Amino acid sequence: MSSPLLALSQLTKSFGGARALRGVNFDLQAGEVHALLGENGAGKSTLIKIVTGAHQPDGGTITVAGQIVAGLTPAAAHALGIACIYQQPALFPDLTVAENIALRLEAGSALRRVDWPARRARAHDLLARIGASIAPTAEVRTLSMPEQQLVEIACALGAGARIVIMDEPTASLTHQEQHLLYAVVRDLRAHGVGVIYISHRLEEIFMLADRVTVLRDGQSVGTHPVDTLTEAALIRLMVGREMTQIYPPAESVPGDTLLTVCDVGCAASGVHHVSFDVRAGEIFGLGGLVGAGRTELARVLFGLTPADSGEITLAGRRLSLGSPQEAIAHGLAYVPEDRRRHGVVLDLPIAHNVTMAIHRPLFPTTWLRFGAERSLALEFIRDLAVKCAGPAAPVGSLSGGNQQKVALARWLATKPRLLILDEPTQGVDVGAKGEIHRLIRRLAKEGLAVILISSDLPEVLGMSDRIGVMAGGTLTAILPGHSDAHTVMAAALGTPEKGAA
Amino acid sequence: MKTYFRELSVAAALGVVLLALAVFAPAFYQPQPLLSLLTREAPTLVVACGMALVIISRQIDISVGSQFSVCSVCAGLLAARGWPIYLVLPASAACGAFLGAINGALVAGLRLPSIVVTLATMVTLRQGLNLVRQGEFVNLPDGIQWLGLGQTAGQWLIVLTALGLLVAFGLALRHLAAGRLVYAIGSDAEAARLAGLRPQLSTFLVFVLLGALTGLAALLNVAQSPQVQPLSGSGLELKVIAAVVVGGVAISGGRGNLWGAFAGLLLLACVAPALTHLHVEAYWEKAIQGAIILLAVVADGLRSRKGGHR
Repeated sequence: MSSPLLALSQLTKSFGGARALRGVNFDLQAGEVHALLGENGAGKSTLIKIVTGAHQPDGGTITVAGQIVAGLTPAAAHALGIACIYQQPALFPDLTVAENIALRLEAGSALRRVDWPARRARAHDLLARIGASIAPTAEVRTLSMPEQQLVEIACALGAGARIVIMDEPTASLTHQEQHLLYAVVRDLRAHGVGVIYISHRLEEIFMLADRVTVLRDGQSVGTHPVDTLTEAALIRLMVGREMTQIYPPAESVPGDTLLTVCDVGCAASGVHHVSFDVRAGEIFGLGGLVGAGRTELARVLFGLTPADSGEITLAGRRLSLGSPQEAIAHGLAYVPEDRRRHGVVLDLPIAHNVTMAIHRPLFPTTWLRFGAERSLALEFIRDLAVKCAGPAAPVGSLSGGNQQKVALARWLATKPRLLILDEPTQGVDVGAKGEIHRLIRRLAKEGLAVILISSDLPEVLGMSDRIGVMAGGTLTAILPGHSDAHTVMAAALGTPEKGAA
Repeated sequence: MKTYFRELSVAAALGVVLLALAVFAPAFYQPQPLLSLLTREAPTLVVACGMALVIISRQIDISVGSQFSVCSVCAGLLAARGWPIYLVLPASAACGAFLGAINGALVAGLRLPSIVVTLATMVTLRQGLNLVRQGEFVNLPDGIQWLGLGQTAGQWLIVLTALGLLVAFGLALRHLAAGRLVYAIGSDAEAARLAGLRPQLSTFLVFVLLGALTGLAALLNVAQSPQVQPLSGSGLELKVIAAVVVGGVAISGGRGNLWGAFAGLLLLACVAPALTHLHVEAYWEKAIQGAIILLAVVADGLRSRKGGHR
């Protein structure tokens, strides 16, 4: 084999006192998909930033196509054919697809005349090469997240990228879209491009990657061909310890029916004819493809977009939920997806975040009781094992998993009867994921009814007592827990139009 | 200590200026001119209290100058009709609260950007006042100037009122659940809504509060002279926003407190007398104030670049 496309040797990097990378070795061959795996904080992001020229390493060498590169800048990395596709595409929403692609690829003076037909034709060709049917004249704001990722990939191809880094590209994609992306990745590989593929989803890695390098605590702990590894072995490499069970088993028998949803719909958010019930102590999984209406249903149940038809009954009492305040008063709690934006307030301390939903009961005179707030926060920090400097630390200083625990703590503090969790483990590393799963089990055992929304199919299968599957804004099936993935996926793909009549 | 670094550094800068004045121009510390200085700044301080709340909740109100003028003229006209001071005062505050409610309803109710809304109300109120009053002054009857007291007593009352409001609002912001809410909506309004709080209502009320404080401040200003100028509030918005920003309230919301705003206001207010006492030409006043604002903004910018977690 010729010299690798990219070779990193003994890379080190520190930020202040924190050593983010402590000797990383990595190499990428042409026509290879090389997965990079590690818990959050293992050094993946730092490594990418070094390869794309955003950060300078403190030590070690970077070799691109046999040449040692020093002082890599973003522009130099671009010129060397290194491109990075981020989870959140960095496109200009108000410009068209063709304009976005041209901005990356067209050189020349700011005052040159634009050849619009050529610009559109080039965009069209690049998109066609990866099998994307996106109109070059569409404004990027009208595209879905995966379509935007495809535009990014088209840009990378157009720039003649030899090394493509993909950072959790499927995190927000539906099942179908994921498969489209896999095809694109395989196509890139077939064309001799080296792909560095980062993902928390192990099944993807087994499906796509040729080799995998595991990072742990800023060091590469090994590079292996994927077909020599098992899932358990890979997890063991990542966390450095054996994880006996990926999902904790159910420990409780669900009690009486707590929530009954009967033929509920909300025209504004596209939810229609939804009926199901959840029992106390039960984990009711909500599966389905992204865009199937799961989050929309949760928002209806929580009074954010009130239902305009059907009936919601909680413990025998009919509810009409018109606002989150009413939902909270009835013992409902909703931990939203996208915790960085809505689940927690990053600038505020942990303690303020924990008490945010219980101002009225905790501060009956509206005079803040800092002592009570602090001890409540400490209780949750201990109980949920939040790794932090203390209750006064801003939530933004925590890792993703710990931020999620704070978001959970806010709602557990309301002493809810029904907890709706929307993608509770998205972007959370494997260790913290297990902790959150055990926590959900414990809450169910304590009698809490849990609605668990997740795009991670194994999570829905492994955690739920029963599984509701949504498609096209309505519930298409209610399956027993431990159903196989195929049954759930079949229900999620069947888009019944019958409800619309 | 680290949490209040920004506020403390403004206070330290103020301390340096005051110390320099003590060494080089002890005349600055004569009681009567000092009291006059504080009295002149008292209305600005009262408006700054409200403005800090608005900016912490990630909004802005640039119509306060026009509100101030309208309230001043209303208060003057009511007083000229023979209303006693204890009725003119709440009337002026109510007038301000009404004007604030217009801004608040447009910003919170229709979710319009506050800079555009208050730009529109600023121009509308100012030109409306011009049209109605044609630039006429209002002569005040006895019993209004210095709030019906002697000059010194009146000045003390004005200064203490302003300081009292500062302390009350400063404590409320830290110790009341409502104060916490102001920070929460300034940091992330959607997160606050999902936590069952009411960001739109809070935003509305913060604008009403700023209006009421502006009305009060207008009266504290009216009471300092025998007649009401029709455009007494012009330029006030810039002065107030500058004081608040210099004092460490983040223009992007969610950060800052009234103590910092107070220190910022005093620092800017000290420039003019310091120049006089140090025999520097008064032309330098605006340039130095501008430099202070720039310094504060640059410091905030560097800080958020270094410590930001986004």
